[in-house]
Amino acid sequence: MEFAPICVYLVISLLLSLILIGVSFLFASSSSLAYPEKLSAYECGFDPLDDARSRFDIRFYLVSILFIIFDLEVTFLFPWAVSLNKIGLFGFWSMIVFLLILTIGFIYEWKKGALDWE
Amino acid sequence: MTFFFLTLVLKIVVLTIPLLLGVAFLVLAERKVLASMQRRKGPNVVGIFGIFQPIADGLKLVVKEPVLPSSANLVIFLFAPVLTFLLSQVAWAVIPFGDGLVLADLNVGLLYLFAVSSLGVYGIITAGWSSNSKYAFLGSLRSAAQMVSYEVSIGLILITVLLCTGSLNLSEVVRAQTHVWFCVPLFPLLVMFFISCLAETNRAPFDLPEAEAELVAGYNVEYSSMGFALFFLGEYANMIVMGSLCTLFFLGGWLPPFDFVAFHWIPGIFWFGLKVTFFLFCFIWVRAAFPRYRYDQLMRLGWKVLLPLSLAWVVLVSGILLSFDYLP
Repeated sequence: MEFAPICVYLVISLLLSLILIGVSFLFASSSSLAYPEKLSAYECGFDPLDDARSRFDIRFYLVSILFIIFDLEVTFLFPWAVSLNKIGLFGFWSMIVFLLILTIGFIYEWKKGALDWE
Repeated sequence: MTFFFLTLVLKIVVLTIPLLLGVAFLVLAERKVLASMQRRKGPNVVGIFGIFQPIADGLKLVVKEPVLPSSANLVIFLFAPVLTFLLSQVAWAVIPFGDGLVLADLNVGLLYLFAVSSLGVYGIITAGWSSNSKYAFLGSLRSAAQMVSYEVSIGLILITVLLCTGSLNLSEVVRAQTHVWFCVPLFPLLVMFFISCLAETNRAPFDLPEAEAELVAGYNVEYSSMGFALFFLGEYANMIVMGSLCTLFFLGGWLPPFDFVAFHWIPGIFWFGLKVTFFLFCFIWVRAAFPRYRYDQLMRLGWKVLLPLSLAWVVLVSGILLSFDYLP
């Protein structure tokens, strides 16, 4: 029941955004007469040379992998932070050991140059 | 049941309309403030002091022609702005404007906000990918990597705040600041959180995804008319969300600045609005004052400065709270 307002809000804002994007198709002048150059992907007025989905820098991939590790760490920290007054010193030190292992990994990837962009 | 449902819809409408108006006037405020900082006048033709400028801009965008690129994946292409706008709206469900003045008083409100702001990446990356245009693709890649990098430090800063409050409920977070706002003991964290917010919302000086000079407009280059407007609205609504997060976590939400009796006569929502406006002014001020970062500098700041610093703060704050028995 607590989540009912959120579900209703989700539906309402979905409807609102669909209406907003639909309105532009209703009121705007028709694009059925558009010539092919107008509908091609924008590339400074030239015809697109090739498909945009080509190879890209590996570092974007690397960043997302690193993000997964650290975001998981943050997810582990949430319940720990809420219940720290109940789990006491043992809970605290177990998390510190976990963070220490993670920090070693972080230092390793730093020294390996995974965080460098040129 | 029907009554409950109807009041709920009414509440949501009462929340959404001022929010959209707020977004519209934030755009105007940005142009006005930027203009004043550069000794110009800014918009001053439509209505008195240009007050109807955002409405005129909106109307103009409605009658513009929506162009659907022939090489785009149309379903995803149309869904991306909807998703961005949707997520910027849905975050408002758990934000308390005053004592008890909140749509859904979740006991996991903080986690919910974190989840919604993480999902924001999807709107941008689907927009860039589905446009099938080089500029849009590069812009969305940059934007996704940037948002993801600063997400981590935001998460760690939230953990530190959480240690001081002991509750994920946002109203409880504010009530924990009754005696002292967290901006006093955790001031460095406020600065780090503000910087991360700038990067998270792709604002200057971290507006690389839309670097006009190199990527023309980044991920939304193929969008026109309301598709573009939805991205625009979503981005500015996200700015207001981030401003109110700064307020809730560090500036005591709806609490008055001093414990005077007279200050308690003013409703809490006024104080909340005032603090959010202050942060939004800072967002604009930063844009007027600082040049754009280079991409390697941006990544360096996120991974090599903010991440280790915020991690160290988590350990420091939890250690202090535990050893002095200050835990809530």
